[in-house]
Amino acid sequence: MFERAMLELLGKGILETLYMTVVSTFMAYVFGLPLGVLLCITDENGIYPIPVVNKLLGLIINFLRSVPFLILLVFILPLTRAIVGTTIGSTATIVPLVVGASPFVARMVESSLKEVDSGVIEAAQSMGSSTFQIIYKVLLPEAKPSLILGAAITITTILGYSAMAGFVGGGGLGTIAVNYGYYRYQRDIMAVTVILLVLIVQAFQEIGMRIAKMADKRVK
Amino acid sequence: MISLRNLCKSFETADGTLEVLKNINLDIKKGEIFGIIGLSGAGKSTLVRCINLLEKPTSGEVIFDGMNMMELSPKELLKVRQAMGMVFQSFNLLQQRTALRNVLYPLEIAGVPKDKARKKAIELLEMVGLGDKLNAYPSQLSGGQKQRVAIARALATEPKVLLCDEITSALDPNTTRSILELLQSINRKLGVTILMITHEMEVIEQICHRVAVINDGMVVEMGEVREVFLRPRSETARQLILPKGGEIRRMTGKKCLRIIFDGNSAFEPIISNMTLECRAVVNILYANTKSIEGKAYGEMLLQLPDDELSIKRILAYLDEKRIYYREEEINV
Repeated sequence: MFERAMLELLGKGILETLYMTVVSTFMAYVFGLPLGVLLCITDENGIYPIPVVNKLLGLIINFLRSVPFLILLVFILPLTRAIVGTTIGSTATIVPLVVGASPFVARMVESSLKEVDSGVIEAAQSMGSSTFQIIYKVLLPEAKPSLILGAAITITTILGYSAMAGFVGGGGLGTIAVNYGYYRYQRDIMAVTVILLVLIVQAFQEIGMRIAKMADKRVK
Repeated sequence: MISLRNLCKSFETADGTLEVLKNINLDIKKGEIFGIIGLSGAGKSTLVRCINLLEKPTSGEVIFDGMNMMELSPKELLKVRQAMGMVFQSFNLLQQRTALRNVLYPLEIAGVPKDKARKKAIELLEMVGLGDKLNAYPSQLSGGQKQRVAIARALATEPKVLLCDEITSALDPNTTRSILELLQSINRKLGVTILMITHEMEVIEQICHRVAVINDGMVVEMGEVREVFLRPRSETARQLILPKGGEIRRMTGKKCLRIIFDGNSAFEPIISNMTLECRAVVNILYANTKSIEGKAYGEMLLQLPDDELSIKRILAYLDEKRIYYREEEINV
């Protein structure tokens, strides 16, 4: 059963999955990181409190996060078609992945930044730092280890979502699992894809944790 | 240097308005070390934060170096804050930066060129005795060392005042002493005005010139440290300075005092007055005095209480009365 063609298919699946996951994670941070910073600083106890903006943003993010991913995927098909030109394949899957993961990233970033000791922020304020300086010289660098850990969690979550996209022809290992395991009852192939997915998740998580630990100067 | 005029600060809480500072008036002179002491919850920390406007006063004026702080634009305020260093109880160092880069932080904010900033930061760390710890992270430093880094950081922009909020409260007595000595030398060498917030009398006593006692958001007493020490007028000051009144204390002190009456002091019940004024008990171990023409001659050996603060008060009292004494150890 694992003749050359199947191995090539699995190899291609792995690459597609990695491509979707990495690009989507990157894009999700492009949108999610500023949103997370905004959530953190506009909080009523934040360094630039604007409660109205904070509440509104929180509401939108909660709404997006409560939509199940598979439904979001179908729901934004028109948007996907408008951006990518097609709704199938791994590039098309990046759009719903980014939309689905950005709010998640925003919350992850927010919680990492809120871990930064308020005393350190106060010290930075006492030295005449502007809000912007506090963000990029205090909040982000001080939260770096926690942000990296968050990124590891995000990337594995996105990997899971990307496999789900297999049901609508999203490409990658997910599609292989659905096509062979679900439609053709080839359970062995499904098992292989699942094992591959587990290994990739493990690898990302392990690497993320190591980098976070290396970056953290607090415990030595 | 700093004047507070009718300063009030209140917070809105779920249970209504909480008045933390009530009509505070203070003048801190250029170059002095001014102490503010009070029990916890008296409003000390809020008071110091009202000076650099980390807390916005509800009403009143904060004048710093001739400027009305409340009238500054947000941008000007950031600039003025660079002329005020602040040191905290919990050090508040950037955990992901080395000692050197912590001291560099305020210089980056002030836009000082890199090589000049680096030179200045190294100079400051050497001054606080951490020339060999430039590349250590805060987690690798002891409490005292962290506070030294924090002091160096606060001094980086050559501020005119140093606001110190309970900076020795997290340190042991020996480290406290060395940190206070450092501040004193900074005050002398650089002429920086220092505002010390504390609940520890020892801190005030060791380095402050003047002190304000605050209680329940109000200044209840203010004056020269010596004066307030010797004759505390307010209940709070008495609580902070004097040991619990009326309590019979066991004499366990190892120190004693040989008092020499050389006829210079007028005849008055020195010892009784001393124990009353200082509210400290002493044990007369030996006495041989004569009264000649209303003047006292001779000597007396007193066992002192086992409490540094009481001893200091007793010595201050004797100094004031111009009585000659010598400190001795009891050899038991």
